[in-house]
Amino acid sequence: MRPKDCKYLKSHEWCRIEGGIATLGITDYAVAHLSDLVFLDLPSQGKKVTAGESYAEIESVKAVSDIYSPVSGEIVDVNRGLPDDLDQLKNDPFGKGWMIKVKVTAESPELMTAAAYEAYVATQPE
Amino acid sequence: MTLHETALKSVHETLGARLVPFAGWNMPVQYRGILEEVQLVRTRAGLFDLGHMGRVAVRGPDAVAFLQRVQTNDVTTIKPGQIRYAMFLNEQGLTQDDILVYHEPAGDGWFLVINAGNCERDLGILRAAAASFRVTVDDQTRQLAMIAIQGPRSQAVTQRVTEIDLAGLKYYSWARGRIAGVNGALSRTGYTGEDGFEFYVPQSEAVRLWNLLLEQGRAEGLLPAGLGSRDTLRLEAGMPLYGHEIDETTNPLEAGLGWAVKFTHDFVGRAALEQIQAKGGTGRRLVGFVTPSRRVPRQGYPLVAGGREIGKVASGTSSPTLQTNLGTGYVADAFAQPGTEIAFAIKDKLEPAKVVPLPFYKRSR
Repeated sequence: MRPKDCKYLKSHEWCRIEGGIATLGITDYAVAHLSDLVFLDLPSQGKKVTAGESYAEIESVKAVSDIYSPVSGEIVDVNRGLPDDLDQLKNDPFGKGWMIKVKVTAESPELMTAAAYEAYVATQPE
Repeated sequence: MTLHETALKSVHETLGARLVPFAGWNMPVQYRGILEEVQLVRTRAGLFDLGHMGRVAVRGPDAVAFLQRVQTNDVTTIKPGQIRYAMFLNEQGLTQDDILVYHEPAGDGWFLVINAGNCERDLGILRAAAASFRVTVDDQTRQLAMIAIQGPRSQAVTQRVTEIDLAGLKYYSWARGRIAGVNGALSRTGYTGEDGFEFYVPQSEAVRLWNLLLEQGRAEGLLPAGLGSRDTLRLEAGMPLYGHEIDETTNPLEAGLGWAVKFTHDFVGRAALEQIQAKGGTGRRLVGFVTPSRRVPRQGYPLVAGGREIGKVASGTSSPTLQTNLGTGYVADAFAQPGTEIAFAIKDKLEPAKVVPLPFYKRSR
């Protein structure tokens, strides 16, 4: 079961909003389906992200994928160690595998509850 | 469009494979992970479903003359039981497909293995050409299953399921005989750079052969492997993939495949290749390169040197065997020497790379 205190996008990103600050990451489903991760490029602190737009790139052996932001706002923190320790994404995608923290000015209207995301994933290929 | 299914589809699902559309077929891309499956084949053995590959029997009194016309190798030098790599070209000398030509062990016919993605076009070419010869072109793709075992433990495992003497079977040779108790064929061939065998048995026997091999290979560590790992394995071994290193815009000379072209017979595309040779080539050639970057080169990325584009990436991967990211691509002749510093571009960023000789990986024998 994915964390209930997170909200989700159909493109398999999550965010956890606490006190106006959103922590962003990608779900276990995304990690499993990317498989064999080799590279992650995170943006720097101070940059702005826009809900629904790509803020990072992740590469697996087979493909490059964009990571989309569930919120708009300014990046206030970056998980700088993550690109050098991509196993954290496999081991703890909703915890140590977080990517950036954003001071939220707007949320994507596409965000789903955990229950809605579970139901959506159930319709996707395993 | 509905996808074709191989005889092993339900087996793959049970084994937890991820199935993806590939050249019109629903094929296992991976079972446990691409990198793990690459290492499996390099160190032990992996089992592949190749049911998507096209397989065509060519027979008849004019079979030799027909094959000399449609493909680039000289089949008069292929003894019964031998196999050769060859190409189908068009009149411009550009590549329609790369194929394997099997001479029947009894010397009474030929068998071609062609790419899934080109199967329909190849059959069209073959059938059109066959009108001028006394030959039959028989598409056996749906009647036969094709399974490969690849890796250093392949012979030990395979010998347990067949009475064919494998120690006496040379690389790029094949034999017909009893396999898993039924009449079939196996060849000492593959697309991984490792020792191994490719099996041809009736579709109805596919599941039984697959399961028997897995069971007999358990002690050796044999496990199924998907097409994702096969692509990395073939690239490490410097083997071209149609749609990447070779296609309808490339000729075999610039692709470094001139060894599969014999100017001893009047094949389609010969005149064009001779003209290209007389001009000293096309001014570009296929090279391999390695990069210290953590970015993986991908097909279509520009290759850059001295501030200008010198070509494009054909294939790229992260290589678990060589522990580096690597790729292939066509570059202008001046940049083709091993050791030449080049770069590949991702959006506006240049990642450094160095030209190296192909293949990247060669197994020790």
